[in-house]
Amino acid sequence: MLPVMDDEEDDSRADVSGEIRLPATLEGNTGPLPENCEIAIVGGGVVGLAIAYYLAKRGLTDVVVIERGYLAEGASGRNGGGVRQQWSTEINIRLMQESVELCRRFAVDLGVNVWFRQGGYLFLARDEKEIARLEKNIDIQNRCGVKTRMVDPEEARGIVPELDITGGSSAGGQPIIGGAYNPTDGILFPWPFLWGYARQAAAMGVKIYTQTPVGGLEKQPSGGYVVRTPRGAVHARRVINATGAWSPQLAKLIGVEVPTFPIRHEICSSEPLKPFLKPMVSELRSGLYCSQSMRGEIVGGVSVPGHASTYAMGSTLEFLATYARRLVRLMPILGEIKILRQWAGPYDQSPDGNPVLGAASADHPDFFLACGFVGHGFMMAPIIGKLYAEWLTGDAPHEIFSRYTLGRFTDGSGASYPKEDFNIG
Amino acid sequence: MTLADLAHSVSRGYRDIEEVKRYTGFGTGPCQGKECLAVVAAELARLTQQPPEAIPPFTSRPPLSPTPLRLLARDPGAHRFSDDTEK
Repeated sequence: MLPVMDDEEDDSRADVSGEIRLPATLEGNTGPLPENCEIAIVGGGVVGLAIAYYLAKRGLTDVVVIERGYLAEGASGRNGGGVRQQWSTEINIRLMQESVELCRRFAVDLGVNVWFRQGGYLFLARDEKEIARLEKNIDIQNRCGVKTRMVDPEEARGIVPELDITGGSSAGGQPIIGGAYNPTDGILFPWPFLWGYARQAAAMGVKIYTQTPVGGLEKQPSGGYVVRTPRGAVHARRVINATGAWSPQLAKLIGVEVPTFPIRHEICSSEPLKPFLKPMVSELRSGLYCSQSMRGEIVGGVSVPGHASTYAMGSTLEFLATYARRLVRLMPILGEIKILRQWAGPYDQSPDGNPVLGAASADHPDFFLACGFVGHGFMMAPIIGKLYAEWLTGDAPHEIFSRYTLGRFTDGSGASYPKEDFNIG
Repeated sequence: MTLADLAHSVSRGYRDIEEVKRYTGFGTGPCQGKECLAVVAAELARLTQQPPEAIPPFTSRPPLSPTPLRLLARDPGAHRFSDDTEK
């Protein structure tokens, strides 16, 4: 049984007689949509559910979440669960500092154990250029109060004794010459994170509909939007597009062009092992990353370049072979461990590596975007959800909503902000 | 994975076999569902009062059986990075 820790008296576990209570998180999901709502969130992934939860917490409960499949079907259920503060721009570092804090409190605040574990993140470099990249980022991180530090190869091996810092001379590799380590980065288990948000949002009155694809979206002359689904249409005063890699498709229904595109990323999981690996380990050269889950599995991936944009989510031997080759070189002792399964998920690739947030355009001030997270939406979701909810319930908008706009790609404002250079993996 | 785990999942609204897999973790262990999938599907059909044929198996994931990394690492199809200099 996965780490589901309910916060209420629960007698269902003892009852295997077939008596089924109404679903607690998906109440009403088999019925028609309501006629009206204040906010419709399209996408029942971590971003949409985080926004829904924080809206409800702020008292705005007239919210409908519309999910095409089941919760966690998209990238939210397919990622490695990494949560880090090692980024290259001040704004992203500060966002992630807040997200880490929200992750630390998640189990207590939401009543679900998400196995959040701060074992740190260790990025490894094999040449001076990679070292320079890490050093540049560390300066910015230290300025924000993130205590990342450079480590030499011996220190890296002190943190992860299984590392082969020689680079595997017989294999022709370059040695590890240094790395960056931040002990407060961490990992979590993605699935229960979604259930936590869904369940608490539903308990406060948010209506969550799964297996409900959006087939039509129309702006109304009188204001708001009609969202059409097989469960009927809902008239929403505001709509939030939180459909991840599918965001351009939803936006296109109202003629809004979103320049993000889907890239398949593969990942795999090993048989469970006794806990030994403390941090998430990542190698800059290949984008290799791996961590040990609380179930003991080694979960990781690698960046295999050269693949075109696609929604196809099949698995490849090319990925598994590349991952195995890089991981066994980095940690030869892992050669004997067995891979149990591999799968894939879509990154919502953004042209400048940063998310796309805020109102879509002057023509669509009530259509909001929450996409373009380039494979890092899960770790960003807690703080994005909180800031979105604060803004939509009357607070002044956070800087992200004027900086990470859709307009930045066409009005030139994006050029004045640094690109995010640390989308690894 | 126990019958009580399954009943708990269904009572929480996670009734699709893919949802049950994620909520309970069944099918993600060493057998990857080879031993448990049919039993869970049959019990899920009973609990949700659906005919068995309404419950398709979850998406199966490669590899077919657990495979050591050292064997996969020898596959010639691996992508070569700048420091992958050997053949």
